[in-house]
Amino acid sequence: MTTLLPVAQSTAGGGFGFPILPAIVIVPATMAVVLALLPRSRQELARWLGTGASLVVAGLAIAMAVRFRTGQAGYQFVVAHDWIRPFGVQWKLGVDGISVFIVVVTAVLFPVAIAGPRVDRDIRSYAAWMLLLEAGCLGALMSLDLLLFFLFFELTLPPMYMLIARWGASPRRSGAATKFFVYTFAGSALMLIAMLALVFLEARSSGHVTFDLLTLTAQQHLSKDISILLFLGFAAAFAVKVPIFPFHTWLPDAQVEASTGGSMVLAGVMFTLGTYGLVRFCIELFPGASVSMAPLMLTLGAIGIVYGFLVAVVQTDIKRMIAYTLVADLGVIVVGLFGFTAQGFSGGIYQTVNHGVSMAAMFLLIGLLIDRLGTSELAAMGGVQKRAPIFAAVFLLVTLSVVGVPGLNGFIGEFLLLLGTFLTHRWWAVVATVGVILAALVFLWAYQQAFHGTPRTGRVGAELSARELLVVAPLVVLIVGLGVYPRPFLDRINPSADRILARVAVVAHNPPPSPPAASGLPRRVEAQP
Amino acid sequence: MSLAGILGLSGLVTPHVDYVSILPELILSVAALLMMLAASLFRRAVPRGTWAISTAVVAAASIGASWYLWDQVQHHGAHTAVNEAVAVDGFSVFFLMLISVALALGALLADDYLRREGLDGPEFYVLAMLSAAGAMFLAVANDLIVVFLGLETLSIALYVLAGYHLRRRESSEAAIKYFVLGAFSSAVFLYGVALTYGATGSTNLAKIGAFLAGNQVVDNGVLLAGMAMLIVGLGFKVAAVPFHAWSPDVYQGAPTPVTGYMAAVAKAAGFAGLLRVLYSSFSLLRTDWQPVITVLAALTLVVGAVAALVQTDIKRLMAYSSINHAGFVLVGLAAATSQGISGALYYLFAYTFMVIGSFAVITLVGRQGDARHRLEDYRGLARARPVLAAVFALLLFAQSGVPFTTGFLAKFSVISAAMQARSYPLAILAMLSAAVAAVYYLRVIFLMYASAPEPSPELTTALAVSVAGGGPGVSLPSAGAGEPVDVLPVGDDGIAMPPAVLLVLGLCAAFTVAMGLWPDPIVDFARHASLLF
Repeated sequence: MTTLLPVAQSTAGGGFGFPILPAIVIVPATMAVVLALLPRSRQELARWLGTGASLVVAGLAIAMAVRFRTGQAGYQFVVAHDWIRPFGVQWKLGVDGISVFIVVVTAVLFPVAIAGPRVDRDIRSYAAWMLLLEAGCLGALMSLDLLLFFLFFELTLPPMYMLIARWGASPRRSGAATKFFVYTFAGSALMLIAMLALVFLEARSSGHVTFDLLTLTAQQHLSKDISILLFLGFAAAFAVKVPIFPFHTWLPDAQVEASTGGSMVLAGVMFTLGTYGLVRFCIELFPGASVSMAPLMLTLGAIGIVYGFLVAVVQTDIKRMIAYTLVADLGVIVVGLFGFTAQGFSGGIYQTVNHGVSMAAMFLLIGLLIDRLGTSELAAMGGVQKRAPIFAAVFLLVTLSVVGVPGLNGFIGEFLLLLGTFLTHRWWAVVATVGVILAALVFLWAYQQAFHGTPRTGRVGAELSARELLVVAPLVVLIVGLGVYPRPFLDRINPSADRILARVAVVAHNPPPSPPAASGLPRRVEAQP
Repeated sequence: MSLAGILGLSGLVTPHVDYVSILPELILSVAALLMMLAASLFRRAVPRGTWAISTAVVAAASIGASWYLWDQVQHHGAHTAVNEAVAVDGFSVFFLMLISVALALGALLADDYLRREGLDGPEFYVLAMLSAAGAMFLAVANDLIVVFLGLETLSIALYVLAGYHLRRRESSEAAIKYFVLGAFSSAVFLYGVALTYGATGSTNLAKIGAFLAGNQVVDNGVLLAGMAMLIVGLGFKVAAVPFHAWSPDVYQGAPTPVTGYMAAVAKAAGFAGLLRVLYSSFSLLRTDWQPVITVLAALTLVVGAVAALVQTDIKRLMAYSSINHAGFVLVGLAAATSQGISGALYYLFAYTFMVIGSFAVITLVGRQGDARHRLEDYRGLARARPVLAAVFALLLFAQSGVPFTTGFLAKFSVISAAMQARSYPLAILAMLSAAVAAVYYLRVIFLMYASAPEPSPELTTALAVSVAGGGPGVSLPSAGAGEPVDVLPVGDDGIAMPPAVLLVLGLCAAFTVAMGLWPDPIVDFARHASLLF
């Protein structure tokens, strides 16, 4: 099985004169500390420093992606140092095709989230928490050590909590923030248990304790039952984070109560992190268990799709409505991933990236809309298009991207997902397609309510200012770029996706102790769109 | 051990006392006596802070002496002294260091508080040093009699310290409650010593272990009863559920710096005694005590996490939180492995800084009269006191187990020990209790960062309490109806930021983060300490 696990060959710098991945984590973390120490009177300086640091990170991430070698399945730019020796924990970072674009999108979203929304109090602390959150997210995405991943994954909780609790709107934000923290913390707690169990079970057979992801992926002698339990332990954390259907209840509250920046980051980064975790840890570490558990995950994903859209249709609050569509969209991704086909898998990863971009843009625009109209009730909106045609156009573009109109990013991801799912799980694909159609209904209806018709309150939206346009622009560029020319992205994603799928296929073909899954063997299709 | 052999030959002659082996304890005891003497000789006013600084210096000397012993242990191995009554090993030295550090932090924390409350004087520091000496004897004891001696020295000094705020009724009440229940538990402990002696013929921990190794005890009811009573007695000290009932009341009533000091030292010493007794003497009875400790750990975790949810007083909340932390340490004990011990030791070390730092903030926010301890008093703290709020938030996040702090590593090390010992249910329960505990830590953090409150009837009541309880030292202007400066818990209304407390806060926060980022030194220390048992 080790032959299936090509380990990165690239040198530490990968062509850069310095270890670029640690820099991507350390820059925002350092700047967060600097901002925290800055006197409170220097709010404007803090805004610039925060934006500047996150722009530097975005630049580094893009440079990294440009140097990322196409056609390699393994990890690149790997950096490894011993960290907590007594526990065998390493400071080990690397990216592969799965994570590289998620890293880029995350790094691009943060400057937008820091500079874009109106922050009504203490921009200094806001930027500091945002940067700390960025360090946590990026660190988690690049960690190749299980404990290091866990640490970064958990590091995202306090900043996200603060972003909801301090910069949120209504008095209910405290409850929403606490719910978010506790749900996620509880999920992570189970993951930590599973992680330790995995590490110690491996240590029992190999003789030394290590949290190294590659080592643990390479040598697994777990029985089927145990690997299913461990899979479920990891899945608990990511199911809460993604979120998958029965664990989603924190999401609408958190989304609604969070400030615009908080919603953006939740929609664009946190859920992405959850999906990434499912791929990297649940599926790659436990391929056998993933196949056995695929029916469960598919079912939950499908329920999420139908449930999410049905609940979304009846919402009157625009943020809550879009929040429920998130549950559904993420359900589509889960269905695609656990169909285990080449298209579905690549599409799932591609759609994770797309979805992050589109949803972050969506929540940014909704935030701007709510700021303008002073309400988040759809019934009170209307007629914005007349006063603000550019705003309406951008909003429509983002809406169409989420809905999956060809030519924009959402189409590529959803097409691949549905195609892949259809190949192995026809009826799940039908459910997912119905969901996608419902999505169009929900989003277009919301757009129509808010932008068409006549203004229903005295306040009508102003046009996007130059600053707002500048902030939205990178997201729009990404939306169009990812939609029009997906090949460079897919070329980098596919080898790594194939690597994981190959693992799954091998385990399913030669089940060490387990019979093949009821859903049949995953069929691999070579075609590329 | 060769030394022990030689000492064993000396028979009934007064044992040779190797003073170097008990140097840290001696330093503290002698310094306490000297301070008392000096205080009675020089009755005139001393420069402010003299007593606190001397105490901190004494604590530093005791750290130095512990360091020397650590060096000795590393080079020459563990040994016993004073006719095998005292063990000098890595484990002892670890606790000697921990207790000295806690003493120094506690003294610095108390300095301004005592002056603020009009209680300044050397007695507080004398008692603190004596209690620390008692805690140290408890940690180094190799004989049940010495364990008891240490336990009583520690406890009696702490009873007085808990009642140190003469003018606060709650303080006296706490002292009485602590004393009555503490004396009861001491009696139980002593009875346990007697039964153990009856069953094994020795009070020496090592000899008890040796006896159990060499003899098959057929009818071991007396032995088990003795062991159970020892666990109960020490369980009381560490506030393990169901022996925790005293702790919220005492934590709430005791002067706040004392609460912080007590939370750190009494807990550490109690666990030192428990570990020593269970592992030195009763390691062969592991199958008997392990289930007991597991159940205690589970109860302690759950009660500590759940009962704290409904508290409205920060000190009671911290009391339950410390019960929850005790549960985590018990998880380490229940693992009954060397990883478990080193995890528990690391936990106690990390906890010392987190808890003293937290109580430093509570001391400041309590203001004159030491009465503003409702959670509502923390509303809007961040606006007026950003640094204070930030440090408190950091320490609370750390206590909830956020990564890159010692709080996470502490939880991680005991949980991983439990996992290695295959007690999965306990590990899962512990992690879930941490998730529940996060709720109340977050509540405090949210209140601090929430917007400032509107003046409400409750706040006026709080002020009245603080005035009534403040005694002659109260310098607040009379609380008129239109005095927002005094009514609001934020703003310049009595939170002073004395440099000593800032130093404590800085040290605690820096330790919590720095050792979270660079964990090797303390993890190694704890690991060596548990290996050189």
